[in-house]
Amino acid sequence: MRPKAALAQVLRQDRGRLLAALVARTRDLQRAEDALQEAAASALVHWERAGLPASPQGWLLRAALRKAIDGYRRDASLSRHREAMAALAGDEAAEPDAQAIPDERLRLIFTCCHPALEQKTRVALTLRSLCGLTTAEVAAAFLDSETAMGQRLSRARAKIAGAGIAFRVPGPEDFPDRLNSVLTTVYLIFTTGYVAGPEAGADLCEEAIFLARLLVALVPDAPEVEGALALLLLTHARAAARVAPDGAALPPAAQDRALWDMTMLREGERLLETALNRRSAGPFQIKAAIAALQSATPIDWPQIVLLYARLHAFEPTAVVRLNQAVAVAEAGHLEAALAGIEALGSELDAYQPFHAARAHILARCGRTDAARSAYGRAIALAVTDADRAFLAARLAALE
Amino acid sequence: MKYLLTLYAAPGAEPAPGTPDFDAMMDEYMTLGQGMPGVASFLAGEGLQGVETATTLRKRAGKVETMDGPFAETREHLGGFYLIEAADLDAALRFAAAIPAARYGSVEVRPVMEY
Repeated sequence: MRPKAALAQVLRQDRGRLLAALVARTRDLQRAEDALQEAAASALVHWERAGLPASPQGWLLRAALRKAIDGYRRDASLSRHREAMAALAGDEAAEPDAQAIPDERLRLIFTCCHPALEQKTRVALTLRSLCGLTTAEVAAAFLDSETAMGQRLSRARAKIAGAGIAFRVPGPEDFPDRLNSVLTTVYLIFTTGYVAGPEAGADLCEEAIFLARLLVALVPDAPEVEGALALLLLTHARAAARVAPDGAALPPAAQDRALWDMTMLREGERLLETALNRRSAGPFQIKAAIAALQSATPIDWPQIVLLYARLHAFEPTAVVRLNQAVAVAEAGHLEAALAGIEALGSELDAYQPFHAARAHILARCGRTDAARSAYGRAIALAVTDADRAFLAARLAALE
Repeated sequence: MKYLLTLYAAPGAEPAPGTPDFDAMMDEYMTLGQGMPGVASFLAGEGLQGVETATTLRKRAGKVETMDGPFAETREHLGGFYLIEAADLDAALRFAAAIPAARYGSVEVRPVMEY
């Protein structure tokens, strides 16, 4: 393999692991990033000249450790870093090989998802640090400019170092909350991809699944972690069927099941069962259970209504109430569903799915005029063409 | 690391003096003055008199100007501070969460610059 291709492959596969190992030693995300970047540039030159090293990962780590030491030497306040430099020099002399690089990625992900960082920053930093996306790729996921995203990432690394956000897995008293922050970040990466559409967003959805798998491996026997991976798999298994050939978004019940990835769906179901058997419910397990029920025939809507009620105890939000009202309507109780939806109007007035759900239920209640104006509001707020096409088709069917 | 915890609240948001709630709150502040064993040690801390006693000073073109009141009109005012020593931000945040002002106002946690 050509050195350039080999380097790209190593970075694609092991960048997160190498970065985490470097942060464990430098205790500084920015220094670790810079050192790894310089090491990668140096690898191109050396590997081109001398051929691939026996362990490209070990070579990169060693080179990055040297670059980190150089970085400290260039620093004006050199005396403060003597301890860090001595530790780096010791690691560098030990000639790390790929197998011996300890996996520090769990500490890195808890650091990147620290609640003292803004939510969007947690998502961006996790994509950059753990998934190895370039700054340009992270910027594209948010439709931001590369410059703005680069500044956001730099500010985040500076805050982690400056504010003393520790590079460690939190202690037992903080663990459940902090784990939820990590899982929420992974879920947001997934939903960002989901909203972008089955093709444009596939990479982000797969990055989220990669992270969830990593967490299942690094935090074993944790039902919420298993529940989160199950939720992503159960949702992603239906990706190819989400949009009709004419571009309209389809709910699970209307999808062509031949397009579902049954292997992925079954894996999600098995994981969910493992998680539920641990008898410690949580929001991700409940969402996964709802996703699993939506893949069954016929769909057990009364059971979904109950699950949304349980979810509301963990996440008391208007969006959960909205989803519950939709399930109530699907269970056949239209007037009760409408009453539930109308109560959310002031909170969700700017939320497209609210108007879409309200329009649908009004139409089923036979209130065609009210439904027509609600569809109009939903179409005005729709972000994707698929949503617009779906809503327009529903509106046309009213006439 | 050293952290400065500044306490902000709207005037009158805390329990009124003379009530049992006020006494309970003062006990909490006194306890925090001992530090939090295993989490953070107390270096300094004071409560401030009300904003109506504040004077803001600035110097422009060599001339001192003073103004009655705090620098900016904000709903929440600085009411006191703690200076603590803690291992990391998580420990500092745990101390901050125990400050009564976190319930009726907010607490800003800032690392102290090291030279």
